Amino acid sequence: MKYAYYPGCSLERNAAAYDHSVREVSDLLGIKLQEIDDWNCCGATEYFSQNELAACAVIARNLALVEPQTDQIVAPCAACYLNLAKTDKLMVDHPEFGKEVNQCLAAGGLKYEPGRVTVRHMLDVIVDDIGETAVRDKVVRPLAGLRVAPYYGCQVVRPIDNNDNPEYPMKMDHLLNWLGAEVVDYPVKAHCCGGHLTQISEPQAFELIRRLLQNAQDYNADMIICMCPMCQLNLDGYQSRVNGFFGTEFKLPIMYFTQMLGIAFGIDPQKLGFGKELVTAMPVLEAKLGGLLV
Amino acid sequence: MAAHIAEKKGTFLEEVIEATPGGERLVHCLQCGSCGGSCPSGADMQYTPRTLIAMINANDRDAVLAANTMWACVSCYFCTSRCPQDIPITDIIYTLKRLSIAEKRYRDTDAPALAKTFTDFVDRYGRSFEFGLATGYHLLKRPISMMKMGPMGLQMFTRGRMALRPTKIRQIEQLQAIINKAKELSAK
Repeated sequence: MKYAYYPGCSLERNAAAYDHSVREVSDLLGIKLQEIDDWNCCGATEYFSQNELAACAVIARNLALVEPQTDQIVAPCAACYLNLAKTDKLMVDHPEFGKEVNQCLAAGGLKYEPGRVTVRHMLDVIVDDIGETAVRDKVVRPLAGLRVAPYYGCQVVRPIDNNDNPEYPMKMDHLLNWLGAEVVDYPVKAHCCGGHLTQISEPQAFELIRRLLQNAQDYNADMIICMCPMCQLNLDGYQSRVNGFFGTEFKLPIMYFTQMLGIAFGIDPQKLGFGKELVTAMPVLEAKLGGLLV
Repeated sequence: MAAHIAEKKGTFLEEVIEATPGGERLVHCLQCGSCGGSCPSGADMQYTPRTLIAMINANDRDAVLAANTMWACVSCYFCTSRCPQDIPITDIIYTLKRLSIAEKRYRDTDAPALAKTFTDFVDRYGRSFEFGLATGYHLLKRPISMMKMGPMGLQMFTRGRMALRPTKIRQIEQLQAIINKAKELSAK
């Protein structure tokens, strides 16, 4: 199965572990990812706050660059996924607006036919297109005994909710279950990580991060498994600052679901970007999965 | 529904509806408060989305555009997802952000500066640039917080998670032509 691949800026550096593990796991599952040549930033939430037409034009350039023989684009980042999907939907639902976006693209010699490309998130591709049997077949190192808390965040499950339940999503729960892990059912799995508020209002952001870490810990999770680089950065990168702020002692590793797939498939943890996380995952993995990782 | 909007000619409600795709649903607000009750930032807002919508209806343009509601919004879309009247509340918040920034009505928030620094990098390089964002925006707006970020930044750097230079796309002129056209069209 072939897909246009839109890594997005976070996956270049901050979330390189996500990019590496997406590529490794896709190779093994027969998912052919063709990176969009010369893609540009999706503008995150920041472009929409200033100029909607420019925001959509910047995003639509990436849709226009998808090669004609491919009609599916896959993004691992939640913000990229939503921006691409939202722009396409706006252009389909509001043809006048779609025309304006195309007027902008024309200034760069490009054109995008609204609705031509289907925007997918990496989790949906693996769960829906590859499926349970093919995933279970590849598991050589079951994650038995490891208690994982799937964390969905916001922008993959809302507002476009045709892939999963926006209040109580289950897809990552199923996937981690197929890997043999003990999946933790906890109430805040689709709550917000604070997004860019870490940059604007730390007390507000830290409280949102604290609630997630506290809830996962209350349910005895060994680690939190995420599907968005912003969530990973806020929960992992800011965890020690959150501990300092509240006097808590959280020590929860925050890993990408593709890293866990990779481990279960027997791929070398180094190739999956293990070790890039600030709250190290190795001690708990070794304690729960024994010598499997050596 | 069209009749409702016609009655609102020249009002702030009409302006917000016009500026928001799907904004015409705004006239169906029941004032039920599902949005405010669902909002993770509700406690930090001067006015919850429900109140803000009532203020839009009351034509209280100045107070709405100066409110902190938009800057506390985390774009989690719980309000949009739960609204029984299918009002795209998060998108309406984006419209209010744009109006507030365009007219410089915001108060006591660095969110517009963050947005501008972020998109300036996109306009210049075609990619976002975390290190540039961290240094540029934080040095300007919050030097003390910058010092607290130091150890985390260093850890990110040693783990290969932060680049010191931005990546530039090859066809940056093409992207800039697209952006310039968008800015030209939206200024009309």
